[in-house]
Amino acid sequence: MNTFNYTPENELKFQEYVTRYPKIDSCMLPALWLVQEQEGWVSPEAMVYVADKLGKTPIQVYEVATFYTMFNLKPIGTYHIELCKTLSCRLCGSQKIKDHIKQTIGIEAGQTSQDGVFHLSEVECMGACGGAPMFALNGEYHEKLTIQRVDELIKECKNAN
Amino acid sequence: MLTKIVSKNFDIPNSHTLEVALANGRYSSIDKLFSMTPDEVTAEVTASGLRGKGGGGAACGPKWELMPKNDPRPAYLIVNGDESEPGTFKDRQIFQYDPHLLIEGIICTCYAINAHHAYIYIRGEYKFFIDRVNAAIKEALDAKIIGEKIMDKYDFKLDITVHRGGGAYICGEKSALIESLEGKRGHPRLKPAGKECEWFFDNPATVNNVETIASVPNIVENGAAGYTKYGTAKSPGTMLFAISGPVKNPGVYEMAYGNKMIDFLNILGGGMLEGKKLKAIIPGGSSCPILTADEVQRAVLDYESMWDIGSTLGTGGMIVIDEDTSMVDVAKNLIEFYHHESCGQCTPCREGTGWIDKILKKILKGDGSIEDLNTILDVCSTMNGKTVCVFAPAVKDIIESIVKKFPHEFNIYFKN
Repeated sequence: MNTFNYTPENELKFQEYVTRYPKIDSCMLPALWLVQEQEGWVSPEAMVYVADKLGKTPIQVYEVATFYTMFNLKPIGTYHIELCKTLSCRLCGSQKIKDHIKQTIGIEAGQTSQDGVFHLSEVECMGACGGAPMFALNGEYHEKLTIQRVDELIKECKNAN
Repeated sequence: MLTKIVSKNFDIPNSHTLEVALANGRYSSIDKLFSMTPDEVTAEVTASGLRGKGGGGAACGPKWELMPKNDPRPAYLIVNGDESEPGTFKDRQIFQYDPHLLIEGIICTCYAINAHHAYIYIRGEYKFFIDRVNAAIKEALDAKIIGEKIMDKYDFKLDITVHRGGGAYICGEKSALIESLEGKRGHPRLKPAGKECEWFFDNPATVNNVETIASVPNIVENGAAGYTKYGTAKSPGTMLFAISGPVKNPGVYEMAYGNKMIDFLNILGGGMLEGKKLKAIIPGGSSCPILTADEVQRAVLDYESMWDIGSTLGTGGMIVIDEDTSMVDVAKNLIEFYHHESCGQCTPCREGTGWIDKILKKILKGDGSIEDLNTILDVCSTMNGKTVCVFAPAVKDIIESIVKKFPHEFNIYFKN
């Protein structure tokens, strides 16, 4: 029935995590991270798979996967732009960056571009207030953003795709 | 103005590598550490007056003393690197520039509380920093600094595991962090009536902030007196202060407690950006009552002085707000954050943050009235002291202070 499996490499990583904690319960977040690194998102099938591995019920995995905002519960674009919208970034011009991204790529926050290349998320404080405004591009921080820098990064992504 | 203890090596090229770290004094406290008994280490830290740098400012040594003695269960050290408070970006400097100082602090602390496994819980967004800390741990293991023995000679087993969070602000609350580490949603726990340690799967545990742990090696090496010579009598030592917003030199700067906030802004922060005028500062992460420009002139950066002026020092991460910014926008921005981050466990918090968000939206649309401000204050009082953790009281602190100190800015949006 279940279509999800860890790759052999990730299975080894999972087994290593199990040895790191007093109880296997602690492997919940590490196990979900392995899923997301493998697939780009966490599917219901993968949640059932993780539940089996941890000796939990699927709902126990579901309630954790939906509580933590970094887990993508549906597939997203190749390049995930997470733009910080909290106060320091807001005071330093994050709104302009957001408008520019929306205009350039043609998507609103929470949307994936039609070609599947970009996904834009507006997120809460990423702990980069000294480098405001900032976004993370597939997890990598880009700080003190300017319109020009945003254009360069978008171009790099398009070229690489 | 700078007093560099924790940040001493930050500017040295490749300070994060073991080779450079060893050449610049890292792990030099270990010999002294093992010449002392664990109780002596704890007593020294208590005498130093070291306070938690994560926001609460609770005394560190007395926290360690809460660990049960002669308990057959394994003890754990949990290092809180969830750093999610808006305006706060100091722990990442330690991860990035001196992860070996953190490991050294973990060795000292684990020895003091007799823990043989430490977990460093780092917020999920900090992928780069997680990789860096893991690399440092691997270097330390390979060099036999940690592992079966400490420095390959002291008979003390120590494992360190980095645990990646999943993007939930509330996991910075220590009991929510442990829930998360146990594989559950980050719901804060009810607090015991008396003082006791934390419990990780019913095993005794201590939770300390990254910067607190990184401050320990200096105290072990130079004694309490080496730490108390900095700062004030009640707030001894130094802290990584941060400044962000429309200032010339945003960043993280280590200072002794007791400096004036305005000096910090003008000297290390470089002053306001060209053409900007100071309106207000939110002192220590977004959860502290806001200070007006007049209050900023008087504010002194230590715990007691900040309480005296009606705010708190918090994490020491200041957000500077300029005259061109509407305080209604600031309140709206922050309440969106808190509404999003409320864990949802307690009704006053879950509903209160959403309610204030709706009212502010209405005011910004031009549909508000003076009555709405009273409703906001009423909701704030309902949120205060009636929830499991201090999240809701912190929301009350910041929102209430904005409404009370800047009511005229809200009036602009009222038709009547």
